[in-house]
Amino acid sequence: MTLNYALFFILAAIAIASALGMLLSKNAVYSALFLILNFNVVAIFYVLLNAPFIALTQITVYAGAIMVLFLFVIMLLGAEQTGRISSARWVKPAAYSLGIILISEILYIIFAQTGVIPDAASIAAEFGSPVTVGKALFSRYLLPFEATSVLLIASMIGAIVLTKRKS
Amino acid sequence: MNFSDLTTILPLITLVGWAIILILVDLFIPAQRKGIMAMLSAIGIMISLVIAICQFGGQTTAFSGMVVFDGFSVFLQILFLISGLAAIALAYDYIKRQGIERSEYYILLMFSLSGMTLMAMADDLIIIFLALELLSIPLYVLAGFANPRLDSEEAALKYFLLGSFSDAFVVFGTALVFGAARTTTIPGIIAAITVGAANLILLMVGAALILIGLGFKVSIVPFHMWTPDVYQGAPSSVTAFMAVGAKTAGFAALLRVFMAAFNTLAVDLVPVLWALAALTMILGNITAIVQGNIKRLLAYSSIAHTGYISMVLVTINQSRITQHAVGAALFYLVAYAVTSFGAWAVVITLEHSEGKGLNVEDYAGLGRKYPALAAAMTVFMLSFTGVPPTLGFLGKFYIFRAVLEGGYVGLAIIGVLTSLVSAYYYLRVVVVMYMREGEPLVRKEFWLSSTIFMTAIATVIVSIFSTPLFTWASKGIMFIPK
Repeated sequence: MTLNYALFFILAAIAIASALGMLLSKNAVYSALFLILNFNVVAIFYVLLNAPFIALTQITVYAGAIMVLFLFVIMLLGAEQTGRISSARWVKPAAYSLGIILISEILYIIFAQTGVIPDAASIAAEFGSPVTVGKALFSRYLLPFEATSVLLIASMIGAIVLTKRKS
Repeated sequence: MNFSDLTTILPLITLVGWAIILILVDLFIPAQRKGIMAMLSAIGIMISLVIAICQFGGQTTAFSGMVVFDGFSVFLQILFLISGLAAIALAYDYIKRQGIERSEYYILLMFSLSGMTLMAMADDLIIIFLALELLSIPLYVLAGFANPRLDSEEAALKYFLLGSFSDAFVVFGTALVFGAARTTTIPGIIAAITVGAANLILLMVGAALILIGLGFKVSIVPFHMWTPDVYQGAPSSVTAFMAVGAKTAGFAALLRVFMAAFNTLAVDLVPVLWALAALTMILGNITAIVQGNIKRLLAYSSIAHTGYISMVLVTINQSRITQHAVGAALFYLVAYAVTSFGAWAVVITLEHSEGKGLNVEDYAGLGRKYPALAAAMTVFMLSFTGVPPTLGFLGKFYIFRAVLEGGYVGLAIIGVLTSLVSAYYYLRVVVVMYMREGEPLVRKEFWLSSTIFMTAIATVIVSIFSTPLFTWASKGIMFIPK
């Protein structure tokens, strides 16, 4: 158990660092690479939570397919160097102070709360296995599944409408 | 899943199925006769409407508690489907005239409509999120339908970026609520809170994030920034549909989630909701005063109306008036829908190519040249202000009554005062129409004129017989399995 916790905190530090790196790096390609690192760490979280199927989906879909698309777009547009975004002078201090307020609020809530977050131990071992996910997807979550497929058709038509030039 | 699950969501299945068939049918319709698609999609919506009306009565859940069928969902479905018909009537001639007629317009509109219908029935946070996406994504595309016109592209991009950002809030909120209550169904969340199994702090943060995400969709201040630009840039027929449909769907989710599931968080939520409603009313109405463009004016006016409807949310923990509060909100949504479609139809009638004819000054002389059109616009403006005998007056009356019953006198006073402010800019349109000389350019078209005629009549007539409508709306209280 302690090993699990130690692993979690090390990975959490990497996840947060890579997320910050993504936000702060000036080069868009570096940002994308930091994001891949972040996705992979999150995938390991899923493994720690007994959800190997979601972990693999995370790697193939997000770290794999979507990131390739990101990198392609960045390189095709030649947008590696993001220019300085000009904004009003008060924006930056305002954003920083709001961010600090939010962080202190979150810390306050975490340390002031009396109730404990329920332990995850009660989750069954086969909770995230492909069989369980598949069964849940086609029984209890059938309607959300079908709604998602309609959503995909709508987005596909939308993308075609917006990009197709009239002849 | 069994057969009764399917019959419960039959209006939705009809809409989606019809839209998918229309994609195929479109192949066989020659390019210069795409108007047929408007008729075909209107027929599909009408079939769905008839089924929805036939289903009236009874309460049940379907798809293992994912959707709920009750008075609330039927009421909203009928409202959405009629809005869809009105949106097609407004678009039929307009998109042809603007040179953006493509059959995908109607198909996307039907997909968006099916998202709204799903939202009316949603009883699970996952369904609420999916319905939100399904109604929004076609709207993003429709907002940019007039590309390569720059303002339309700007509207689409702005709406898309800020919209997806706000959807992320809904997802994150849903995840936190799941962490707190270990379920995403609304009855499940209620049960978890009742037995004390839920982590209230996580639940609170989740509720706040969901409020932000949905607040964006209905443009509650301070999440309203996108509204004026998107309403102005999008083609007017899309704006009308967006202003009514997306807002009503957002409120459907807000009412269902906050009135039923999060009412135990009222101690922390009510001050926030109070402030949001007050800010929305004040900012919407005051900013509208300085608008010269009629589309921007109506955008700020729609923000102000969001403020009035969100007033009822402060009563979330007072179960004895929940019926009145939900009824008042639904009634106001109907009043807003009827009046908005009328007003936007007038805007479309006067709009000509390249965005000309959209300033309040362009309405000068309308009273003399086209008295019927000016009279209809006057009715809509009076209804927006809340002057009897119009639907808008009764909507405000029921809302203020529910808020006063809840004991929030201060908020009601802000509501009344801001309504007085709103009289200034609504009546300015009337004054320009009747008191100034001018040569307004008007497009006469059958479907547009009949929409204006029917909404103007409904605004007055329905207000006289409003009691049955209000009774029906307040019976639409959500079904919560014990």
